[in-house]
Amino acid sequence: MKAIQTEHLTKYYGKSRGIVDLSLSVEQGAFYGFIGPNGAGKSTTIRTLLGLITPTEGAARVLGHDIRREKQQILSQVGYLPSETMFYSGMRVKDVLRFSADLHKKDCREEAQRLCSRLELDPNRKVEELSLGNRKKVGIVCAMQHKPILYIMDEPTSGLDPLMQREFFELLKERNRDGATVFLSSHVLSEVQKYCTHAAVIREGRLLISDSVENLGHTEAKRVTVRGIRELPEIDHAKDVKPLEDGISFLYDGKPAELMRKMAELPIRDITITEPDLEEIFLHYYEKEETCDDGL
Amino acid sequence: MTVCKHELKQGRLSLVIWTAAISLMIGLCILIYPEMGSQMEDFSAIFADMGSFTAAFGMDKINFGEFIGFFGVECGNVLGLGGAFFAALIGISALAKEEKEHTAEFLLTHPISRTRVLAEKLLAVVLQILILNAVVAAVCAGCIRWIGEDVEWKPLALVLTANLLMQLEICAVTFGISAFVRHSGLGIGLGLAAVFYFLNIVANLTEKARFLKYFTPFGYTDSADIISECTLNGSLLAVGMALGAAGILAAFRKYTKKDIA
Repeated sequence: MKAIQTEHLTKYYGKSRGIVDLSLSVEQGAFYGFIGPNGAGKSTTIRTLLGLITPTEGAARVLGHDIRREKQQILSQVGYLPSETMFYSGMRVKDVLRFSADLHKKDCREEAQRLCSRLELDPNRKVEELSLGNRKKVGIVCAMQHKPILYIMDEPTSGLDPLMQREFFELLKERNRDGATVFLSSHVLSEVQKYCTHAAVIREGRLLISDSVENLGHTEAKRVTVRGIRELPEIDHAKDVKPLEDGISFLYDGKPAELMRKMAELPIRDITITEPDLEEIFLHYYEKEETCDDGL
Repeated sequence: MTVCKHELKQGRLSLVIWTAAISLMIGLCILIYPEMGSQMEDFSAIFADMGSFTAAFGMDKINFGEFIGFFGVECGNVLGLGGAFFAALIGISALAKEEKEHTAEFLLTHPISRTRVLAEKLLAVVLQILILNAVVAAVCAGCIRWIGEDVEWKPLALVLTANLLMQLEICAVTFGISAFVRHSGLGIGLGLAAVFYFLNIVANLTEKARFLKYFTPFGYTDSADIISECTLNGSLLAVGMALGAAGILAAFRKYTKKDIA
């Protein structure tokens, strides 16, 4: 059984596109990043999986349950954090947490208290008085207090300060170690690279690629940084040339020997050759698509 | 019953205010009746002579000089309008407010079916209407005892029952509309209640417009008709209840399939 499996999932809002022919597979126990620019269809995918919206075409199963017919079974095992967390006005944080626990028919007081103290959230505050970040924390506790086995989080870190982000990921990692699956959408590539084991990229409603983060990060191209020269001579396969204070940095996806020969002729002081970071690779994906579009 | 309990808690303040306001006004009117009673005979003659205005408020059919006539007109307006607005208010916001304030996403991502959510929300609005009407009835009975007026209880009970049914119908219809709108819809709800009220006034004005009574719950709630005939009009009531049932059915049909924004 997969944690999440979608087959040709398509959603149109009238004529406007949500997602198109999306086939995604998330293994149980994965820490999965779902990446894409704003409006790519990340939230549409998530909201379809949770039964908030009905797909136009295609099918999906979450934890083995059909998203159309077995919503309740899905929702009882999922912890969901919406991208914009909104609560009923006039309620205190603890009332919201209690309400959520009651809807799950579970007593989560102990866990709620533990989570609140770790996230430094005062359960006696009124929800409408909370800042964006603190509201997010209420959402996080709601999503985690009933100890689900699948966490679906839509842009979870927006609004959280860096320390809280770290604490939040710490919590998710703990749950992941205990066997839970984490599926989070993000447009912050560095956090996906840092925490996720797998990732998928979505753009304009379509899945561009999905693989392990390790494989995604592995490409023929290397980031080459040289110091001591200000201008790069003509080198085949060198792209994305960036001037530095005392050198030059560029991406190289040609033969290593060719690069070495060229470098040997130059008065360089220092050279580093590294894997490009994920951010560069993803931006590269986005851009590649854009050039395709331009070509059309 | 988690959702129902939550709804009642959320609507508590509004229920208290509306119940207090309506009860207070009706109570006051009853309490000042003995003072006014003696002058009422004269008023009655004047009111009976105001042509279509008299007909519009049904004062051609009942005696304003008697307590039950006074109660009918006064109750018809205070409880009729107040109750209708309250029913429309809670009916239209039952579902729409969740989407407007984006709490629907919170609620519906919990393991509870939409049918269950609808049923509990419906139960909550019905309970609120029952509470309001029970308090109003108790206040009426108490105030009538206080002034020592000897009243016929049957027409009085019928007027109160008709008002309760009217509120339930308006609530059911606006509940149905609520499933279709994404904004708060308050304007639609209150507007509808006002249109219903005026339709009945027009229906009272001329025989030709009499059929309009079928299109408004105020048709069977008209206290002048109830008191003069000492019964509720079955066919008007049947049409009204059917409309209410249609509203509830529409809500279930729509909301169980709706894409939540």
